[in-house]
Amino acid sequence: MYSEKVMDHFQNPRNVGEIENASGVGTVGNAKCGDIMRMYLDIDDNGVIKECKFKTFGCGAAVATSSMATELVKGKTIQEALEVTNKAVMEALDGLPPVKVHCSLLAEEAIHAALWDYAQKNGIVIEGLEKPVSDISEHEEAGEEEY
Amino acid sequence: MSNKYIYLDNAATTKTAKEVVDAMLPYFTESYGNPSSIYGLGQKSKSAVDEARQTIADSLGANSNEIYFTAGGSEADNWALKACAEAYEAKGKHIITSAIEHHAISHTCDYLVKRGFEVTYVGVDEYGIVKLDELKAAIRPDTILISIMFANNEIGTIQPIKEIGEIAKEKGIIFHTDAVQAYGQLPINIDEYHIDMLSSSGHKLNGPKGIGFLYIRKGLKLRSFVHGGQQERGRRAGTENVTGIVGLQAAVKRAFSIMEEKTKKEIELRDHLIKRISEEIPHCRLNGDAKKRLPNNVNFSFRFIEGESMLIMLDMKGICASSGSACTSGSLDPSHVLLAIGLPHEIAHGSLRLTVSEENTIEEMDFVVDELKRIIENLRNMSPLYEDFIKKN
Repeated sequence: MYSEKVMDHFQNPRNVGEIENASGVGTVGNAKCGDIMRMYLDIDDNGVIKECKFKTFGCGAAVATSSMATELVKGKTIQEALEVTNKAVMEALDGLPPVKVHCSLLAEEAIHAALWDYAQKNGIVIEGLEKPVSDISEHEEAGEEEY
Repeated sequence: MSNKYIYLDNAATTKTAKEVVDAMLPYFTESYGNPSSIYGLGQKSKSAVDEARQTIADSLGANSNEIYFTAGGSEADNWALKACAEAYEAKGKHIITSAIEHHAISHTCDYLVKRGFEVTYVGVDEYGIVKLDELKAAIRPDTILISIMFANNEIGTIQPIKEIGEIAKEKGIIFHTDAVQAYGQLPINIDEYHIDMLSSSGHKLNGPKGIGFLYIRKGLKLRSFVHGGQQERGRRAGTENVTGIVGLQAAVKRAFSIMEEKTKKEIELRDHLIKRISEEIPHCRLNGDAKKRLPNNVNFSFRFIEGESMLIMLDMKGICASSGSACTSGSLDPSHVLLAIGLPHEIAHGSLRLTVSEENTIEEMDFVVDELKRIIENLRNMSPLYEDFIKKN
């Protein structure tokens, strides 16, 4: 059901861990739905993401999308990191099963939440960044009605 | 390990036993006649079906004309509920079931609710045992059916079926039990337990997939499930699945002849797993009752981690298991059974079910626990919930 890339990032996740005194930390998802992602960013004075780490409670796809998201934002500027969408994460993983698409949304949201935290801490406004929603699942569509 | 896999998902399905396959084979290419045909080749198939019906009836203390073959457990459950509701709706439109039934029951109940029936879901205690006082209190003058599973598929809890049967009988209410997990694992006598209808499935007891049966007590007026020819006394038309029926018979014979030693071996394996996991893995919880439990069922919740990740990592080691996490069900909610016994969502997501067979070994159980310890440690090190827990304590 998962692509080879998803399996690789699940079995050998990149950048697992914490960053002490991180520039920004964001936690999204909720335990009720079975997915929580926490993203740590270390951003230098030029606004470049030097380091990115994560911790995730969730399924294989949740771990793999977190891992891929950290890889995609590392070394990028804040503006470039904002362009790392859930679609970009999914493409980099060679796709996800339809029921797991929400994991990639969570990864995008985790990046935004960490950037939002960075902006708050430094009293700055990041253009194009809106206050992230912490609970992605609230916005998911209900399933088809059965008869 | 001599086997490629360590198969610990026998509640999902079982390996078809060799004697089952051997019994079936001649009915594909040699005795392939239609049981409804009058010539010898057809009658040979008819005899095979009749004999199988008798074997199954004997195993339950029933009569052969009370056994109706179906395509499996879900069909039997659907038939029992829908046909009973339709046949007795003049008496009343109220049905009682439990909060931990298989979806073949609960989703059929949802269907009936949409058609004007009322369903009461009786709760269970923290071990998953149906609350009898709640069941008694739920009975109304218009209650037509009580449907409670014999043993739960996820946490293995065995229900007080005899007591429930007595309550139903006393009140003149039809009693159905989904015995898909119990039949062939536990001795069942339909008169002793006052069972009016019982569902079973072949592939849970080393029989083939796609065959099962519904026991219907003589005298019950039930609508036919499939209209057509006179097969299954006109109640479930369509040419019989002769190979499946013959396979089911072989599986039933096997299950009942080895039940005692199989149970003994499974309990030994089960309790070894439970003991080692409880003692060696912190922050875990055994789900289900320790004693009133299917011989083959182990179900644990591990805090701070999610079930699907655990399953994939176990699969890497060749271990087949299952979980009640949302990710394995395709919905956002974890298992309704684990929620019904009072587990919070995040703990229900971290559940693991291991269901053994008599073919497993203690060495395999030890290998599984050793791997499980490593896997859980890895996942916890990756978990923000565990990080928060460690920082708090």
